[in-house]
Amino acid sequence: MTTNVETVENVVIRFAGDSGDGMQLTGTQFTNTSAIQGNDLATFPDFPAEIRAPAGTVAGVSGFQLHFSSKDIRTPGDAPNILIAMNPAALKANIASLKSGGMVIVNTDKFTDRDLEKAEYEHNPLEDDSLEGYQVVKVELGTLTKRSVEGLGLGAKESDRCKNFFALGMTYWLYNRDMSVTQEWIRGKFKAPYDQANLNALQAGWNFADTMELFHSSYEVPAARLEPGTYKNITGNAALALGFVTAGSLSGRQLFQGAYPITPASDVLHHLSKYKDFGVVTFQAEDEIAAICASIGAAFGGSIAITTTSGPGVALKGEALGLAVITELPLVLVDIQRGGPSTGLPTKTEQSDLNIALYGRHGECPNPVIAAATPSDCFNAAIEAVRVAVKYRMPVMLLTDGYLGNGAEPWRLPELDQLEPIECNIEPPSDSDEAFRPYDRDPETLGRNWAIPGTKGLEHRIGGLEKQEGTGNVDYDPTNHEYMSKLRAEKVARVVAEVPDVEVYGDTDGVGVVSWGSTYGAVRTGVDLAREAGIKVGHVHLRWLSPLPANLESTMRGFTKCAVAEMNLGQLHRYLRGEYLMDLKSITKIQGLPFMSSDVAAELTKLAD
Amino acid sequence: MSNNEEQTQYSKKDFMSDQMIRWCPGCGDYAILSQVQTVFADLGIPKEDFAVISGIGCSSRFPYYMNTYGFHTIHGRAPAFATGLKLANPKLSVWMITGDGDALSIGGNHFIHILRRNVDIQLLLFNNRIYGLTKGQYSPTSEVGKKTKSTPMGSLDHPFEPCAVALGADASFVARTVDIFVKDQRKVLQEAEAHRGTSFVEIFQNCNIFNDGAFTHITDRKVRGEAVIFAEHGKPLTFGAKDQPVKGLKLNKQLQVEVVEVGEDGPGDDILVHDETNPVIANLLARMRPPFPVAMGVLFRVERPTYDAGVHEQIAAASKVPSAGDLSKALYSGSTWVVE
Repeated sequence: MTTNVETVENVVIRFAGDSGDGMQLTGTQFTNTSAIQGNDLATFPDFPAEIRAPAGTVAGVSGFQLHFSSKDIRTPGDAPNILIAMNPAALKANIASLKSGGMVIVNTDKFTDRDLEKAEYEHNPLEDDSLEGYQVVKVELGTLTKRSVEGLGLGAKESDRCKNFFALGMTYWLYNRDMSVTQEWIRGKFKAPYDQANLNALQAGWNFADTMELFHSSYEVPAARLEPGTYKNITGNAALALGFVTAGSLSGRQLFQGAYPITPASDVLHHLSKYKDFGVVTFQAEDEIAAICASIGAAFGGSIAITTTSGPGVALKGEALGLAVITELPLVLVDIQRGGPSTGLPTKTEQSDLNIALYGRHGECPNPVIAAATPSDCFNAAIEAVRVAVKYRMPVMLLTDGYLGNGAEPWRLPELDQLEPIECNIEPPSDSDEAFRPYDRDPETLGRNWAIPGTKGLEHRIGGLEKQEGTGNVDYDPTNHEYMSKLRAEKVARVVAEVPDVEVYGDTDGVGVVSWGSTYGAVRTGVDLAREAGIKVGHVHLRWLSPLPANLESTMRGFTKCAVAEMNLGQLHRYLRGEYLMDLKSITKIQGLPFMSSDVAAELTKLAD
Repeated sequence: MSNNEEQTQYSKKDFMSDQMIRWCPGCGDYAILSQVQTVFADLGIPKEDFAVISGIGCSSRFPYYMNTYGFHTIHGRAPAFATGLKLANPKLSVWMITGDGDALSIGGNHFIHILRRNVDIQLLLFNNRIYGLTKGQYSPTSEVGKKTKSTPMGSLDHPFEPCAVALGADASFVARTVDIFVKDQRKVLQEAEAHRGTSFVEIFQNCNIFNDGAFTHITDRKVRGEAVIFAEHGKPLTFGAKDQPVKGLKLNKQLQVEVVEVGEDGPGDDILVHDETNPVIANLLARMRPPFPVAMGVLFRVERPTYDAGVHEQIAAASKVPSAGDLSKALYSGSTWVVE
């Protein structure tokens, strides 16, 4: 049959089902296929904290949203064009975000009275008018899947498990995707007869869409014009791990990671534990405190030491981080932020750990803070954090969040020979009879000697008691403490030499908006939307939160009005007001979900009035 | 190194740092410091390969007084620092110094985990049964009923028996000694260093300010013969004051320890022979308290794989592939595509 093929620029697709329905896997397959077809893309996995919440309930709905485009895009999209709902709960949890007039594919096999009850629907939404305004495509996904795998000897439950591939096949037809990437993946991933079953289901979904005339047309999303290079689709957590492995290589020293499993940071431990052939030591400690302490021990021992965690872990690591500050050892602490306080929203994203990153230790205890902007940027941020930690001999905090960690985008792989080596300037052995001075420092960076146990002639003691400059001996002298406190602050201030000036995107003399971390894509796209609507808007995105870029204040003062956008209740906003005594506006969202570009545009429009 | 063959000869002095020692005069820590410095000089290990790691407390000031690499860390966490350091540099001889509060109270978690992992370090626990640095609160090894600043009506806490905790955490080496038992202590420290794995040594240490005489009923010269039994592998477990009949330990039918007199013909078959690989004997010895003699020496010792060796074996095995450490391959592996 012939179908009309429409070419579109952007599509946002969301797969939603039970936690056990394989929605993350389905979404990832669609993502990889689209990446290889040359689209620009961004993904947003959204899943519950429970591994298997009660089946069929709204609490157990797992979703995966993908935005793919023939243009340069920066976010997973505000509202889906198409929703695949595997059951009533998935429909209920997601229908409100579907674009008006959007398409929803529902699995009608899962709309029995019992299923509806579990989702707390009083009426069957497929039979009343609640889905008016959407294109509803009703498919007996379970039944059709079962039929497609007949003869392979699968039980009823096993057959049913293939239905996500049936749904994937349908969407591949709808968006003219090449199925070979997924077919190859299925062959490598599953054993017989499950490989054939999934292949059958995938093909059956495609054929079904092709023959049943369910859709008025199919869609083509041409390849995006991306910068030339080799690309790979990558999540923030995978990019972060690769960044650290690369930093280890660039420094010529062993990478050591101390970590305790915590959502959404555990994946970094999983990834890094696969790089043993790079000499990477991953230590799964007994708790968060031991994880950072082991890393500090390894830093003392000359390793490139990192510790990765999320908010609750950062709270536990505070005391040890203070020790790294006073002993001036290089360390990178990564906080993959999640909704807080306490256990909060473990699988949802938030930027509410800026305060703890800046101030969350006792005593005068500053450390540099850097934040990654996009999933692939986690790679660069990891290297940059290590570079500063090593150069200035102090702990650096690197902030990402659940959205960056689990989200994915195409990443243009770096040219390795373009990456500068990380100079460690390890103290060489000494034959001197004089006592070694561990707190002698580089006059420019103020970084102290890094003298590694096992090196002849450099025996010395460090610890948490206040240090005497030069000798590193314990010193309670009042003026020395004041001197050392100021020195530790000065070290952080001098990192400004590594911090590029901010550049304004858009208009320098209209309404300004300052953002940091993972809101980069949404805010920048929001600024585009506002400017397309004729409003003068400029965007400043911060990478280093401490120290702040040298020209930030003057840049912000150039705007007629300036707002700070962040996913918390205004932490950067208060920080910048305190630093610069400026009247800044605040745009916030704290729902465990990223900003929508349209919301940012609306806020900026309001400010411009 | 070029001069590997002519091993440097060290004296105790080489291990004394230039820092003023700030323990109270008469503290048991002085005796231990002196023994550790003496033992280090005799081990034949290059001075730069020693690292002394501590937590917080009086005993944890130890690294400042050793002319080696040292790290005075934070309260209770020394095992984690020691683990990280040993993993970073497995050739180091790592010695961890801790106290009863540091190891068994705030650091209880790390204490059991380093023992179960069997990281190849020496872990010396100075047990004075009191909090000294915070000026005299009861500790997790203080006896029930102990009156201290925080327990004016007597402590209600049931105390830990450190060696039993270590055995419970599957320590591969458990020993006990006393600050003033110079020779015995030195031997135990040497044995601890020779053992591959976490060598746990409990050292009874007198705090003459806040808990003076906590161990005199065991360690005083006048009572020592009757109050202490020195366990030696393969030898009958006997003890006794010089001019008194020799006594020995035997198990009765309820598998309880009994003290019996040993006849002039020497220990018979009924006297227990110490087998340091036997956890049952080790537990019996660890838990003996007056009126039974308190056991000293190596109570338990077995060989089992160390964590640090295992980590580096896995790295070595993974590094055998031709693409080991190939960054370009690591980055460019998986599904990639080229945009022209």
